[in-house]
Amino acid sequence: MSVLNTSRGDTARDTALGAGRTARTPGPRKDFSAWANRHRKWLFAAPAMIFVGVLIVFPLAWTLYLSLTDSQGSVRAASEFVGLENYLTVLSDVERFWPAVGRTLSFTGVALACEVVLGMGIALLLWRPFRGEKWVRVAILLPLVATPVAVGMMWRLIFDPNIGFVNQLLGMIGIPPQPWLSGQDTALGTTIFMDIWQWTPMVVLILLAGLTSLSEEPDEAARMDGANAFQRFFFITLPLMMPTVIVAILLRGIDALKTFDILYATKGKGGGSFHEVETLNVYAYGLSFDYNQYGLSSAVLILFFMIIIGTMWLLTMRKKAVSK
Amino acid sequence: MTVLNTNTEHTGTTAAARPAPAPRRRKPLASRAYKVFRVVALIAVVLFLIAPLFWMLLASFKTNVDIYDTAKSFVFTPTGENYANVLQRNNYFVFIFNSFWVAFVSTALSLVLGVPAAYAMSRFTMHRSALVVLMARVIPGVSLLVPWYYVFSNLKMVGGFEVLILSHMFVALPLIVYIMMSYFDSLPLELEESAQVDGLTPIGAFRRITLPLSVSGIATAGILSFIFSWNNFMFALVLSGSKTKTLPVAIFDFVSYASIDWGGLMAAATVVTIPIMIIALFTQKYIVSGLTAGATKG
Repeated sequence: MSVLNTSRGDTARDTALGAGRTARTPGPRKDFSAWANRHRKWLFAAPAMIFVGVLIVFPLAWTLYLSLTDSQGSVRAASEFVGLENYLTVLSDVERFWPAVGRTLSFTGVALACEVVLGMGIALLLWRPFRGEKWVRVAILLPLVATPVAVGMMWRLIFDPNIGFVNQLLGMIGIPPQPWLSGQDTALGTTIFMDIWQWTPMVVLILLAGLTSLSEEPDEAARMDGANAFQRFFFITLPLMMPTVIVAILLRGIDALKTFDILYATKGKGGGSFHEVETLNVYAYGLSFDYNQYGLSSAVLILFFMIIIGTMWLLTMRKKAVSK
Repeated sequence: MTVLNTNTEHTGTTAAARPAPAPRRRKPLASRAYKVFRVVALIAVVLFLIAPLFWMLLASFKTNVDIYDTAKSFVFTPTGENYANVLQRNNYFVFIFNSFWVAFVSTALSLVLGVPAAYAMSRFTMHRSALVVLMARVIPGVSLLVPWYYVFSNLKMVGGFEVLILSHMFVALPLIVYIMMSYFDSLPLELEESAQVDGLTPIGAFRRITLPLSVSGIATAGILSFIFSWNNFMFALVLSGSKTKTLPVAIFDFVSYASIDWGGLMAAATVVTIPIMIIALFTQKYIVSGLTAGATKG
């Protein structure tokens, strides 16, 4: 009863107001306004959801369908339904697919580990106010906003075996030139280094925000009890920071798994002539747009997507466990 | 929540263990050593982050002969030739305009769709609906590109601005929803409620009270989405045409047919990064709050 009453009261008030403010507007507009207000939840949310939904659901369904066909050459060309054959081909492919999985995971794992450890260190350095803070902030922001493709080009020059700055620097202390990006064994590590340069600042910002929102008391209590800086960090600050650390890992991890720009910009098609930096994303892109193997690439993409969802799910579980 | 609880516990013990404020003591030596360490470490961090960009900038003012001469790493006669070459002969002004236009329009449209959506999702705690939009962040873009390419090329849209803007909106929208949701979460509900008591409709309260109060949040979301759109490479690589090519694709092309022209390449790379860095320097505060949005809620 009361619910009914209130809502009727509201409508009455809306109508009265509507009539007062827009005296010359005829009825339908008032009706629309009342209708819009009642359904504002979906009226507001639906357009964005429909936009993203149409751009996601339909293509994903298509990718799933393509992964079950032998589509190649052109998506328009006739293709036959081949069941799980593509998946079998991909899963038994030890030359391109499994190495790509390995590279994707090691790229993400190593980059993330370095970024979180370095990021935590830098965030701790910045935690308490100091002179020149502004300049450090600027320095932290620059790699973050720099265009990844341009960054890739920049590192190509710096890591060039003959004229690169890194080898010049090493030459000064008597270390012979290294192939860096062009070497089969060193290329992946070098791209990981680039990722660390560009994205550690992001981890720093997130962790710093977490640190600043921590309360001082636990730390001070431990100080009173005679804990030294290391003990205070490992037993007080770090446990309290765990939820933030996991958020940082989640946000960065999604992007690291999908890294494309820097790899493609520095090594080009197929992740270099020996596929030395070919991650799943680069592999799938190559299959689709350099070789037009749509059936196969779709199978790779579905598997890749499952890897991402799996990783995310694990991390979210971990986060829930930590924050409880 | 756990964090809060632990805090109160600890406060309790501190208050009990510390009846009077501790007397000021002379600072231990370790803290001076730490101060020195901190200064050195910070300088190292700044150098590590800045030096590569500085090197790129230096190379963009060198002739190719000077770039190959390692004796002229820092001392050389600067030349503007690379920039003249890139901007005039390679038509980079067109690409700058393309990048700007795509980033601007896709950001504006995403704000129109994303801000009300984030508001509804925050007010009515529509977490599952929010997940639909945020899925767009998780899915690898390649899996969407083949179907998009097929559909849009059948519609004869590939190579036009519309399709680029649509694909960049796909990047911007989840970002905007994510940032604005955490912004609206932190905005007190009471203001709107009292506005409604004073006679505004719910939508009126959103338009006249919440939106004006959210200007800084909207700026944050807008600036970040502009940056991400400006930097986006993969979608533009597939979906742009010769007339709509954006800057990242243009520098990528530059390499494939002129891989030895380091000076020109560095000038091109600098041309891409400079505008976005200038924007970033003036809007630092917003970028930081956008990148850390939602990160500290635990």
